[in-house]
Amino acid sequence: MDVTSIGWLTLPLAILGGAIRVSTPFIFVSIGELITEKSGRINLGLEGTLMLGAMAGYGVSYLSGSPWLGVLAAGLAGTAFGLVHGLLCSVKRVNDTAIGISLIVLGTGLAFFFGKPLIEPKAPALPSISLGFWSSVPQVRAASDVNALFFVGILLAFAVYVFLNRTGWGLMLRTVGDSEDAARALGFPVLRVRILATMAGGFLAGIGGSFLSLSYPGSWSEGLSSGQGIMAVALVIFARWRSINALGASLLFGGAGALGPALQGVGVTGYYYLFNAAPYILTLAIMVASTSRAAPFADAPGELKLHR
Amino acid sequence: MSSISGIESPPSNPPGTAAQLSVALPVLAVLLASAVFAAFVALYGQNPFTVFGLIVQGGFGSSFAWQDTLSRAAPLILVGLAVAIPAQAGLVIIGGEGALVLGGLAGAVVTLPFAGAHALPMQVIMLVAGALAGGLWFGLASLLRQYRGVNETISSLLLSYIGIAIFHHLTEGLLRDPASLDKPSTHPIDPSYMLPVLPGVGVHAGLAVSLALAIIAHVVLRYTRWGFALRVVGGSARVARMVGLAVNRWVIGATFVAGGMAGVAGAIEVAAVQGTANSSLIVGYGYSGILVAFLARHQPLAIVAVALLIGGMQASASLLQRRLELPDATMLVFQGLIFVCVLVADAIAQQLRENTRR
Repeated sequence: MDVTSIGWLTLPLAILGGAIRVSTPFIFVSIGELITEKSGRINLGLEGTLMLGAMAGYGVSYLSGSPWLGVLAAGLAGTAFGLVHGLLCSVKRVNDTAIGISLIVLGTGLAFFFGKPLIEPKAPALPSISLGFWSSVPQVRAASDVNALFFVGILLAFAVYVFLNRTGWGLMLRTVGDSEDAARALGFPVLRVRILATMAGGFLAGIGGSFLSLSYPGSWSEGLSSGQGIMAVALVIFARWRSINALGASLLFGGAGALGPALQGVGVTGYYYLFNAAPYILTLAIMVASTSRAAPFADAPGELKLHR
Repeated sequence: MSSISGIESPPSNPPGTAAQLSVALPVLAVLLASAVFAAFVALYGQNPFTVFGLIVQGGFGSSFAWQDTLSRAAPLILVGLAVAIPAQAGLVIIGGEGALVLGGLAGAVVTLPFAGAHALPMQVIMLVAGALAGGLWFGLASLLRQYRGVNETISSLLLSYIGIAIFHHLTEGLLRDPASLDKPSTHPIDPSYMLPVLPGVGVHAGLAVSLALAIIAHVVLRYTRWGFALRVVGGSARVARMVGLAVNRWVIGATFVAGGMAGVAGAIEVAAVQGTANSSLIVGYGYSGILVAFLARHQPLAIVAVALLIGGMQASASLLQRRLELPDATMLVFQGLIFVCVLVADAIAQQLRENTRR
């Protein structure tokens, strides 16, 4: 067998490699959203945070020469935006859906505004770890070039699991999200917990954004995000508010998102756009299958206003 | 404001104060947003007064500016209505972009087999086709909500992305005009079918259509039993069932009409501006419409006013870019600031109203 042609294996390899690349921002954004939702709030504005993070990460990486400093800056920009969301939604009677959407506008606006001079220059990208050194097949090497942030994301999912289920702070977060009255009775600072949870969510969403600009696709442009920040909300529902599930769901979404480009790579181009829509169709199908009229979201945090 | 300590006083505010506040607070909110925006452009080294002057000039300063503003306001009114109508029934549907592009696509292709017919029926058919496509797309979201309990906000957004993918798939595949090389488009519609320009205004007739639909929506929602029934459904589905309203039918009907509005917006963009369906339809009108509706508190006539304001702001972006080399995203920042401030002010006004009622 010719070493450079691996026949039918090309497609699954391309999907696997694509799944890892495409899923990484999903992991960060969805776990960020999950932490926020566990506190009883929903942040629909992570799309704006993601764009802001992508721009800040790219800009700082370009100016400092260090992509990791860029990641940190993206996280901090996301934290700041999370703080804004958290404070605004602490005003009684405020419509958090509308606040989320207006923060998408503001976040993308700021990202485009400050990102204008960043479209031309090339910032240093995040390094990837080559796990395909043992193979001489280029497809295998391409598929197993895995970005370090992907592994951070996997660790994160387990860390958040431990945090939520095995620590006192995790218990406090879950209590605040499940019953405000119970949390108050226990003397937990409800608002502060929620604001911190939204900030943590923003931090992770910002990092997810920096992956977009610093690794894959790997440059700053105004069409960088394809709605990952919004899909995170659906993904968390799909994952039933469990961080390990969110990791799996992100991989699945990544795989679905990698389907179009992978098929294009082997010459199937006719349904490119429809395959690109695969993650959305998948989410919708899963929402339809996993909810019922009687008990819309059995596992949802009690204070989360998803079902009215 | 006299209250004697120790005695339970009736609400101390005179009844007018709350109403005044609910007008004054949004105005204050816009002023606050403008102040923050002024600081923002000042930090960027621009004179805020020059910037505000150019915004007014670029949006409302000349007949050319007004034409630009009005032709942007036309779709904004419709996508605003698309959010406001389901909101009466308590639904938050934010997938207007998908309904708009599918409506545009339907409008673009429906008259292609009929070349050389009378213009007026063809124009009506284009708008109706757009309405049906948009209506079906929104209707799906409310069907899923009523029968499967799927959250309509998220499902409508997902459907929007799916709709845009279908739009790309068809305009770059089956329905593509082979002559459209660098920008995949459908076959252009017969030029005689294009919506006429309103005499004296210089803006296409789509503006008249959207104004008429806004007025109809206002009358129906405010003065008919349909509007009342919808608000009962929105207030409490249980109460609505008790008084014998078919809740599912009302909710799905309202979303269908709303999607129809967004679809008409797309069809108008095709029939009055583009002449064909291509990616120029996807410029974010659907998302701006969400905020237009929220700023207008889901009131159709207020939607017209807010759409004019937002249309003018968006129209002025190119002038800011030409004169001051400010990125066109500048106005996106300003819009975001206004939305945030007004939403918070609205929440505060609502709290104050509740306090005075108590």
